[in-house]
Amino acid sequence: MRNQRIISSTFLYLLSIIALVAFIFPFVLLIINSFKSNGEILTSPFALPEKLDFSQFIEVYNLMNFGVTFTNSFIVTTLSTFFIVFFSAMAAYHLVRRPSKFNKFFFTVLVASMVIPFQSLMIPLIYIYGAKLQLIDAIPIPLLIIFYLGFGSALSVFMFHGFIKAIPIEVEEAAKIDGCSTLQTFFLIVFPMLKPIAVTISILNVLWIWNDYLLPSLVLNHPDVYTMPVQMKVFNGTYMNNWELLIPAILLTVIPILVMYIIGQRSIINGVMQGSIK
Amino acid sequence: MMKKRKNLGDIGNSALFLGPTLLFFSMTVLLPFAYGLFLTFNKMDTPADPVQFAGLLNYISAINDQEFWKSMWLTVRFVVATVFFVNLVGFGLAYLVTSGLRIQNTLRTAYFTPNLIGGLVLGYIWQFIFVQSLPALGTKLGISWLELGWLGDPTMAFWSLVIVTIWQTSGYMMIIFIAGLISVPKELIEAAKIDGAGPLKRLLNVTLPLMVPSFVVTVFLSLKNAFMVYDLNFALTAGGPYGTTKMVSMHVVNKAFIESNYGTGQAEAIILFIIVAIVTGVQVYTSKKMEVQA
Repeated sequence: MRNQRIISSTFLYLLSIIALVAFIFPFVLLIINSFKSNGEILTSPFALPEKLDFSQFIEVYNLMNFGVTFTNSFIVTTLSTFFIVFFSAMAAYHLVRRPSKFNKFFFTVLVASMVIPFQSLMIPLIYIYGAKLQLIDAIPIPLLIIFYLGFGSALSVFMFHGFIKAIPIEVEEAAKIDGCSTLQTFFLIVFPMLKPIAVTISILNVLWIWNDYLLPSLVLNHPDVYTMPVQMKVFNGTYMNNWELLIPAILLTVIPILVMYIIGQRSIINGVMQGSIK
Repeated sequence: MMKKRKNLGDIGNSALFLGPTLLFFSMTVLLPFAYGLFLTFNKMDTPADPVQFAGLLNYISAINDQEFWKSMWLTVRFVVATVFFVNLVGFGLAYLVTSGLRIQNTLRTAYFTPNLIGGLVLGYIWQFIFVQSLPALGTKLGISWLELGWLGDPTMAFWSLVIVTIWQTSGYMMIIFIAGLISVPKELIEAAKIDGAGPLKRLLNVTLPLMVPSFVVTVFLSLKNAFMVYDLNFALTAGGPYGTTKMVSMHVVNKAFIESNYGTGQAEAIILFIIVAIVTGVQVYTSKKMEVQA
């Protein structure tokens, strides 16, 4: 019996280490090749680099216009996420506490909209805001943020809705009796209680928006407003198969989000787990 | 008077709380969806032309577009393969990291890492592996099936997309399965053990039926992701070799924005929407019926 347990736990360890290698080796491969020249990459991609040469990183940093690109991604991601969380929490609160006919209908529409593929919306979206209203060339970044507010609202309202339903109404009633307006009640009493689910929703939105490619590629047509994925695509087009530049570029693109993950890994994993339960 | 003021206050509150979401959701989802439907019944050669009523012409050309159905069929096969393997691997990983290994938190963190990176960049990363690294390894070790670049062969390119999708998303499903596995009552497992059920029987007859709610979520997510795959497809194979791995999403994007055939492109996008809505609707409905109470 004891032997059997040792064998089975050894087997589990073995399996999990194999999986670990499978999940990590692409990143290791990227890191070791980022210091190499093209010749070295071609002949021995699995060997350690002969020397630690950071010059390609500096070159790529300039070629990608990294400062501007990173700032664009940062602005779009943080502003979109902030407003999605803020507006969705307010909307969900209203939908839960005022279940009028219209509100119930609107909530159903929001939830049902989650099965609409982005591909079914992108052509009219570009047609309306590009060809007709000419906003895509005029205000690309604010427009992109507005699009994210729209596309992000369904899931976020749905998740807040589930959470708020479980909050007892008595606290709010007490606040009302003490003379709080609806707005005050929401911001002073309810919003602080939403913190756990707000963290989850923020994480999911940050991961999605930071990495999104198709929508920004349709909206951002000028190098000054590129976000990281769009820049990466253009960079790959210019330096096709030039791995000594492409690999540092890939690393520069993923490092910001990996740093965020290393700092907040526990809350990210817990956040995703919370989000899946309801 | 009092009542009237209260009503006005109500409307004010509604506008304040619901207004922003209602506005942005209408601007980006409702209006484009309705306008998109309208466009499919009209003819438009360039965005600048006035729209002309065209009846079902766009749908007819969509139905006659063989490339569209080819990409749709490829997408369906991709959906079947990835939904199966992503859930299998995701569940396996969740089982591993809840079985009491000392390093399980580190493992969870590591398995989830690919989810931090978008499909586009992952596509480039794996291009380096499939085009550059594996062939070099194959040459060195004399393994012929590694020497050939996988992305140059239609079948292998398809499976490369499946492999990268498994690698990318199974960590996310793992997290959802962990939440499900933790909530399976320990007493039930113990009771089954006392009744003499082995590990496999306990998994099949106790754990899995209680995990149906998790599977509803993971299958829904993996279905939807697979039907809509674009970034990875674009970055890893770009539809190649010779358009053999062009999924439906890429077909629609190309139709609209490269061929400038907006009407047919939008009609095809609506057909895609109908298929996704039916498939996910049936999936959620049937699997909800499979749920059991602990």
